[in-house]
Amino acid sequence: MINADTYKFSIFKILTNSLCKTNKDIKQYIAFSVIKLTFFLTVSILVGIIGFLIFKGARVISLDFIFKMPENSMTSGGIFPAILGTFYLVTLSVIFSAIPGIACAIYLNEYGPKGFISTLIRISINNLSGVPSIVFGLFGLAIFVKQLNFGISILSGSLTLSIVILPIIISSTREALMTIPQSMREASMALGASKWTTIWKIILPQALPSIMTAIILGIGRAAGETAPILFTAAVFYSRELPKSIFSEVMALPYHIYALITEGTSPQQQIPIAYGCALVLLFLVIIISISAIFIRQKQRSLYAKTGH
Amino acid sequence: MLKLDTEKKEHNFSYTSVKNAMEKVILDPSQKARIKVRNLNFSYGEKQALKNISLDIYEKKVTAIIGPSGCGKSTFIRILNRMSDFTLSSKVEGEILLDGKDIFSKDFSPVELRKKVGMVFQKPNPFPKSIIENIAYGLKINGVKDKHKIEEKVIKSLKRAALYEEIKNRINESALGLSGGQQQRLCIARCIAIEPEVILFDEPCASLDPISTAKIEELILELKNYYTIVIVTHNMQQALRVSDYTAFFLMGELIEFNETKKIFENPSDKRTEDYITGRFG
Repeated sequence: MINADTYKFSIFKILTNSLCKTNKDIKQYIAFSVIKLTFFLTVSILVGIIGFLIFKGARVISLDFIFKMPENSMTSGGIFPAILGTFYLVTLSVIFSAIPGIACAIYLNEYGPKGFISTLIRISINNLSGVPSIVFGLFGLAIFVKQLNFGISILSGSLTLSIVILPIIISSTREALMTIPQSMREASMALGASKWTTIWKIILPQALPSIMTAIILGIGRAAGETAPILFTAAVFYSRELPKSIFSEVMALPYHIYALITEGTSPQQQIPIAYGCALVLLFLVIIISISAIFIRQKQRSLYAKTGH
Repeated sequence: MLKLDTEKKEHNFSYTSVKNAMEKVILDPSQKARIKVRNLNFSYGEKQALKNISLDIYEKKVTAIIGPSGCGKSTFIRILNRMSDFTLSSKVEGEILLDGKDIFSKDFSPVELRKKVGMVFQKPNPFPKSIIENIAYGLKINGVKDKHKIEEKVIKSLKRAALYEEIKNRINESALGLSGGQQQRLCIARCIAIEPEVILFDEPCASLDPISTAKIEELILELKNYYTIVIVTHNMQQALRVSDYTAFFLMGELIEFNETKKIFENPSDKRTEDYITGRFG
């Protein structure tokens, strides 16, 4: 959201600097028109994508589609194993990444010495979030699948996904911690609280809504990623539902990829792929909306304080 | 060139001849000193914020720290309960004795120290919790578990902070709904709930209106009967109204320390006189 704002602002600036310096009204008119245009463009792209998917995929969506196993070598039936697989992968990857991520953010913001090393860690985290996800996939294949011998499994896939979302969780949590005013820490310490008590009882509860938002955004990211699970967890078709964390699974994003590239009867399978995409998109949208909702709730909490 | 400038500046400020700074620091042997500060130096980064400070804080008296902005008065008061520990790359020399025990010694933990030496800050900083929770927090982290005892202590400290009558019907509401002055009195209540021996006030009225300020001053005079108080203030009238002893700081040095009356009626240093008559600062 911030990115979009700064983007619009920079266009606004370029325009106002280069065009018609004489007439303020014209400048304003142009700037506002550009802002409106980009706004409608952004919205229409989103609406376009959703509309396209609904148009292409809605007719296969039904309760059976969501809750049944695939049939007739995936030319009919449901996509339940893929939904379930994505659910397993996402849940485990959040469990694996949330605790170390939050701990790392607490260390960086509250305990760690401010200096060369913390700068180095910060830069590493930023770079980690820029690494293409296929590289994480290869890393997961080499380390979790081969070296640690977890095989192609839910465990390998969710560990790989957890590395993908770790930087998101660390940097958002750290930002959340930074917004807690220093005076809160001082107030607590001055009452004879230790640093840990202050973090546990005062800082974390106040930062919790933002941390939850970060985790939910991480869930959205993990649910949509294909490349990290390509070699580590996902299979095109499994006869039964996964039995343990060492089973291989079907997953929504990979299922779409597989149906389109490897399907044997495109006539039936391409609509199913669109249906999958629609389900995945709605999952991610629901997740994002709940993140916005939590953030909004937190904002109204702070509006009271006047900060 | 730069060096020359600073030398010139120093020269400007030594216009009164102070041969022995201690002469202007008059300690009162008839009073019981709770805190003894001796030869305290404090620096952060390259900057030396406090230079060779020595003074006493007396039991159940109000000691005011006055001086212009940047003279080190807030820095000084924050060392007294080691809130200064959180200042990056800072260094303390000299000693501060609380009842004869060095607060910087290894067996005196800062957590223990802060239980004994409480602090009220410049801006009211209640936690975003209910009024009762704000005060109960300090009690809970210091090991009080019994619910009735906590409630009893909360009410007692609210009464002592002269806040209870105003808010007794909304004790479970958010502390953020209180006015600035009420928030500051809540912070005072929070501080006295854990029964400190010394209370440090760091410009407690800086962000308050005159009526709230008057209430806090009244409260400080009342609290003097139970606690030893140190107050940093920008306001000379306030120092005169509430304090028994006054220390005048200038550019990190303690220029003068004496009974408040003597400081205001008959300052022994030209710089003190200039400051309290409003010629600079």
